[in-house]
Amino acid sequence: MLVLAFDTSSAAVTADLVDVSTGDTAGTTVLGHEQWLGPHGHSEQLTPTIAACLDHAGHAPRDLDAIVVGAGPGPFTGLRVGLVTAAAMAEALGIPAYDVCSLDGLAPATGTVLVATDARRKEVYWATYADGRRLTGPEVSYPVDVDAGAATAMTGAGARLYADVLALPLLEGEHPSPAALVTVALDRLRSGAPSDALTPLYLRRPDAMVPKAMVR
Amino acid sequence: MTIVMGIETSCDETGVGFVQDGVLLGDALASSMDEHARFGGVVPEIAARAHVQSMLPTVRKAVADAGITLADVGAVAVTAGPGLATALHVGVAAAKAFALSLGVPLYGVHHLAGHAAADTLEHGPLPDRSIALIVSGGHTSLLFVRDLVRTPIVHLSDTLDDAAGEAFDKVARLIGLPYPGGPSIDKAARAGDPTAVKFPRPLMGPNDPALGFSFSGLKTAVARYVEKHPDLDVNDTAASFQEAVADTLVTKALRACRRQDVSTLVVVGGVAANSRVRSLAQERCDAAGIELRVPPMRLCTDNGAMIAAIGDLLVRDGARPSPPTLGAIPTIELSSAQLDALSA
Ligand SMILES: [Zn+2]
Repeated sequence: MLVLAFDTSSAAVTADLVDVSTGDTAGTTVLGHEQWLGPHGHSEQLTPTIAACLDHAGHAPRDLDAIVVGAGPGPFTGLRVGLVTAAAMAEALGIPAYDVCSLDGLAPATGTVLVATDARRKEVYWATYADGRRLTGPEVSYPVDVDAGAATAMTGAGARLYADVLALPLLEGEHPSPAALVTVALDRLRSGAPSDALTPLYLRRPDAMVPKAMVR
Repeated sequence: MTIVMGIETSCDETGVGFVQDGVLLGDALASSMDEHARFGGVVPEIAARAHVQSMLPTVRKAVADAGITLADVGAVAVTAGPGLATALHVGVAAAKAFALSLGVPLYGVHHLAGHAAADTLEHGPLPDRSIALIVSGGHTSLLFVRDLVRTPIVHLSDTLDDAAGEAFDKVARLIGLPYPGGPSIDKAARAGDPTAVKFPRPLMGPNDPALGFSFSGLKTAVARYVEKHPDLDVNDTAASFQEAVADTLVTKALRACRRQDVSTLVVVGGVAANSRVRSLAQERCDAAGIELRVPPMRLCTDNGAMIAAIGDLLVRDGARPSPPTLGAIPTIELSSAQLDALSA
């Protein structure tokens, strides 16, 4: 089955087209990959990136069987653009859409690892993994408050940024891989599960103040 | 021929509508207004989160209301600006995803042009020349409109500070009436005397900009009055404030009609629902021989149908679609109905 996967939780907009075997042999083949880099512009660049990814692989949206999207955590506008794009495409094409924690797309397949991305405000979004499976998280906290558990290495932009505080050997890895998100969603994809609710993993409440005049 | 889907998310309403050849086929609306109530105004992050949750349910409701399927859609129009950036991004992303998936053209449009087009769904095409007064919690603007999509729209004036609807919200809070202020002041005013308090008429002096609006001074005048009169009559205060706003809006709108020599005034936006704004506009338009057009309430406030309406006009005019890199344009003056990355 043909699966479009994309992630907008980092400074990159990344889309992968993945062929998922539906037979007994578990397997995924990446047919197309497209990435756009920039701190802003996710809303401008996501659909062109998806279109280019499909086009370069010789496919059109109507060929798709499912969509997998990174749900964050990450900058809110990017997450919203990603999830609402997944929802609208799935609705228009009559196919299911599944969300996966974006940090999963940075976790290596082997080893016990801390994944940390930059949450700004001197905080990190983080989760821990054993052989690609999430053990704890996702959470947002100051680097000094991260509980890396048994992790023996770390990866992600937040890990690099606060390497001195987190103090674990740093592995490569900057932006979540959409193809990796597909492997996390394999069960849902293969069983044809109904679409997820597609809610961003904000992990933070909206900044909003009740005006003084209304507090009394 | 073409069924145009319209998507609106510039503030706290998620709107989706379908229009074909000037006819509204169906629409749906979701609002996050209740979630903003305790903050006394729209909180952008709360609005944006609500848009994400409401988008698909609203699309499905509108599709059902129109009795179509998404496969019938031939073009997608979306409010690209102006509005709250966080909120606009959600609608633009959804519109681009629908256009890409359905393989149909995309049109980014100006929110205010949508407001002006709303009335065409109820009362048919606008005459060759008209004045539009767009008055809501987000805008207080006078537009000189000829052909909505072919001729540049002339933005005659704007509020210098608060929008009229914002003034209603702030004054309601000052005199202890619930949010949103428009309906609650309207209700209280019905039991009050509009001549009880002499509030100033903002920007009505001989040396003030003839078509300009300003409401923060009026709000301050109400605040001062509240301070001096702790046992004030809420109904009288509401009625007197509302009268000052209605008088200002209608006076300037008719002044614009005279200046541009037009005989049609279109009043849209949430504040067009205010009963005193409507009755005073009707009274003075009748006296001046000007036709007053006010669409029904559900087309007055932000909605998807009005965006589909302007999209429909663009499609029928053979307009060039917006590029696939269309983004949200939070601040943009109105000059043409269509907006895209190239004009930003
Ligand atoms: Zn509006």
